[in-house]
Amino acid sequence: MNLEEYKGVYVFAQQVDNEISGIAFELLGKAKQLAGDLNEKVTAVLIGSGIKGLADQLAEYGADKVIVVDDPELKDYRTEPYAHALASVINKYKPEIMLVGATAIGRDLGPTVSARVATGLTADCTQLDIGDFPLVAIPGKEAEQKHNQLLMTRPAFGGNTIATIACPNNRPQMATVRPGVMQKIEPIKGAKADVEEFNPGFTPDKRYVTIKEVVKAVTDTVDIMDAKILVSGGRGVGTPENFKLLEDLAAVLGGTVSCSRAVVDAGWKPKDLQVGQTGKTVRPHVYFAIGISGAIQHVAGMEESDIIIAINKDEDAPIFDVADYGIVGDLNKIVPQLTESIKAAIANK
Amino acid sequence: MKIIVCIKQVPDTKGGVKFNPDGTLDRGAMLAIMNPDDKAGLEAALRLKDQYGAEVTVLTMGLPKAADVLREAIAMGADKGILVTDRVLGGADTWATSTTIAGAIRNLDYDLIITGRQAIDGDTAQVGPQIAEHLQIPVISYAQDIKVEGDKVIVQRQYDDRYHILEAQMPCLVTALSELNEPRYMTPGGIFDACAAEITTWGRKDLKDVDDANIGLAGSPTKIAKASDKVRKGAGEKIVPDSPEDAVSYIVGKLQEKHVI
Amino acid sequence: MDFTLSKEHEMARQLFKDFAEKEVKPLAQEVDETETFPRANVEKMAKYGFLGIPVPKQYGGQGCDPLTYVMCVEEMSKVCGTTGVIVSAHTSLCCDPIQTFGTEEQKQKYLVPLAKGEKLGAFGLTEPGAGTDAQGQQTKAVLDGDEWVLNGSKCFITNGKEADVYVIFAVTGKIEKRGKFLKEISAFIVEKGTPGFTFGTKENKMGIRGSSTYELIFTDCRIPKENLLGQQGKGFNIAMHTLDGGRIGIAAQALGIAEGALETTINYVKERKQFGRSIGAFQNTQFQLADMATKVEAAKMLVYKAAMKKAEYAKNPKVSYSVEAAMAKLYAAEVAMEVTTKAVQLHGGYGYIREYDVERMMRDAKITEIYEGTSEVQRMVISANILK
Repeated sequence: MNLEEYKGVYVFAQQVDNEISGIAFELLGKAKQLAGDLNEKVTAVLIGSGIKGLADQLAEYGADKVIVVDDPELKDYRTEPYAHALASVINKYKPEIMLVGATAIGRDLGPTVSARVATGLTADCTQLDIGDFPLVAIPGKEAEQKHNQLLMTRPAFGGNTIATIACPNNRPQMATVRPGVMQKIEPIKGAKADVEEFNPGFTPDKRYVTIKEVVKAVTDTVDIMDAKILVSGGRGVGTPENFKLLEDLAAVLGGTVSCSRAVVDAGWKPKDLQVGQTGKTVRPHVYFAIGISGAIQHVAGMEESDIIIAINKDEDAPIFDVADYGIVGDLNKIVPQLTESIKAAIANK
Repeated sequence: MKIIVCIKQVPDTKGGVKFNPDGTLDRGAMLAIMNPDDKAGLEAALRLKDQYGAEVTVLTMGLPKAADVLREAIAMGADKGILVTDRVLGGADTWATSTTIAGAIRNLDYDLIITGRQAIDGDTAQVGPQIAEHLQIPVISYAQDIKVEGDKVIVQRQYDDRYHILEAQMPCLVTALSELNEPRYMTPGGIFDACAAEITTWGRKDLKDVDDANIGLAGSPTKIAKASDKVRKGAGEKIVPDSPEDAVSYIVGKLQEKHVI
Repeated sequence: MDFTLSKEHEMARQLFKDFAEKEVKPLAQEVDETETFPRANVEKMAKYGFLGIPVPKQYGGQGCDPLTYVMCVEEMSKVCGTTGVIVSAHTSLCCDPIQTFGTEEQKQKYLVPLAKGEKLGAFGLTEPGAGTDAQGQQTKAVLDGDEWVLNGSKCFITNGKEADVYVIFAVTGKIEKRGKFLKEISAFIVEKGTPGFTFGTKENKMGIRGSSTYELIFTDCRIPKENLLGQQGKGFNIAMHTLDGGRIGIAAQALGIAEGALETTINYVKERKQFGRSIGAFQNTQFQLADMATKVEAAKMLVYKAAMKKAEYAKNPKVSYSVEAAMAKLYAAEVAMEVTTKAVQLHGGYGYIREYDVERMMRDAKITEIYEGTSEVQRMVISANILK
């Protein structure tokens, strides 16, 4: 593997039902930055059937070039034809960096392709930078320090460790990134893609599986222990009707409503929504504690949340001892405005 | 039918994360358990054994004490256990790990290989598909349900917004989600039998068609530049905004900063 | 003397602990509050062989030693005293006497389904007039042709209406001993549903409220001649042998309850803050916990030792474990009462509230000082041995 031959930042432009997934645009945004640092170009790899028309969208979000692999075998995602497609692109075009979304597709495609082309893959990256490896040159071995390496930072150990990984001796440097982590750029309206079509040929073999049925999901009620975002209310919410403010906020965030024991005892909400020592222990990504004083019995059930945002009109409420972001104020005024603001912020993206 | 289940012994990062008094992660306090996704895979294999009389072999790569999860699997009903352990195999990333495990599996007959989708320490979800790649067999990841029909497997494959019902020709590899099933418990008698059972131990020399350049720390294309443990958090910021608007823009700002929206 | 547990025992403990945490603990409060027999969990335990742990494999059991069985009762009791006694009464008081004294036919007919958990067992010795004074038995069994006819009643029977197979003691005659007439007591196996065998009062109890505690009534209840368990007239010996083993089970239950209360309290005092710090920082709390922990550890040693002694009996029937069992039960029960009471106190007001498990543990602990031989009986056994 002659590393010098590998140039360019490539992005797997995931599409489902011929609609480009948001993760593809986010990765293009990051790819643009990385390409800027390396003085390289950004190429999107679009794989599917009848997808040529989507190429311009990729240009709008930062792709300098789009390689299109269009074949009937690629209609719905299956590991084998897609791995053959992407591996063939890599072998032919030799990208320096290959980014894939850490979705249910990407986390299957990524490892298969990285093994096929004999390179390393780093999963679920939360940060990507261009830098040196080793980070600090070993005294006496400065010449061995490599520059312009992709440094891939990711959580491990159940999220309890952060590691930075490099792939110094193999190309491409491959990484998967979760949706919602990177930012897409402001779309360049009217941008046209520089399209190159490529078809390595697809001959079904024993590794091609048969899709017997496709069933689209219907969202169910979420168990609060599974929710990624919880909007939790306490006695401070005041009345059962007032919980509507929290429900609206949860709706715009794609979250779920939960509550403290006081709310359950008052009969406003059922026990399965109760967070706390005598309720459920939750570890969501974001926990809004609204009108919750933060008694230890409640805190014990949510203190492991990644981000705790508390809104309470009592400056001395103990909830502020565990909140990452504490706002002293009137929830009745703040929460509705917050919901509107978030709605607007999401719409603008 | 012969089934190989790849399992891993991992620290219980989901269940019992404890911190030292100074706020640093207390790794020693974490129990060593069978990785949850793998356990679901094992249960799927045991159900196929109950239904079709399959032979279930469990295989793990790790330190000698990883034999504990093999014994746990046998106490649940697996027939044989194989431990792949050797100093030179240590420090492996997913490429080297999958190369090693594939090298071990080449010594065995199998119709179906089941692995967990991902381990709760590495969290990569890469080893399963990579083993399939090395063995050049079909792979189906994210299995929510596994059935066997003749020489084919029928798998319900989970995606973010849907699922596919897929049919693959055996031999093939399937990665299991912990949602796949509710694994059975061991039985007390099974535990005593498992501890008396013989575990096959293999080392580097037992790996088939494997190059030294592809195993262990040296054979790992990805290298760790740095790693640090999380520290338990204390109180964060607290603001007393002048107006609801100020409060809202503060919160929205933080949500955007943390990529929540 | 090696105090370390074997790998097998460590794994077994982890198994019981996992099961208890996942399956038993979530239902413990409700079982207590509604006095519901946890049938679904009993069936789950049966599925995994928990109802036949020390029974040999050839009779459908798991073939494990008494220590493994003790650990099961211990771990279940940590989260639910009711569940612990269900396992203990079934295993020690019903499976054990049939295994020890039963004929091959009886073992095949009764022990196998009991060990597999297909049937649940119970033991009927106690009567309104015969508690500590077991000789006060009044239930009679009279041989009539090919059948024994039972008349009388038993009270406070654990697994009462939920059981299927009962080991029942009755007076079958008189024996003369040194000029005095003593009752000849024999043991019988009685199946639920036998005509003439009905249930009376369901007891409304202070603790172990999910345990089915019933009066058993026998009115001209006819059972086959083959259902005599062991030799006629050996009933009292069978009862005493059975209770020796049962004591170890109850000692394990008491130990588990104490451990559960201690663990809950340790977690609580770390979290609860008063005067600006956790109450675990106060020396009064620390010293009390130290005493509680030491007593629990001592109880554990006695319980495990009794189990190990019973294991020796399996190899050599001349070995007696009565004293070890008595000491274990006496001490573990008193420790359970003391530790649970202190646990409630250390929880302050919350300790008195139903939702906080400790008050249930305290109510559950009390019976361990009473049933299967009161603490006074245990003292009689121990002193008789010392002074012989």
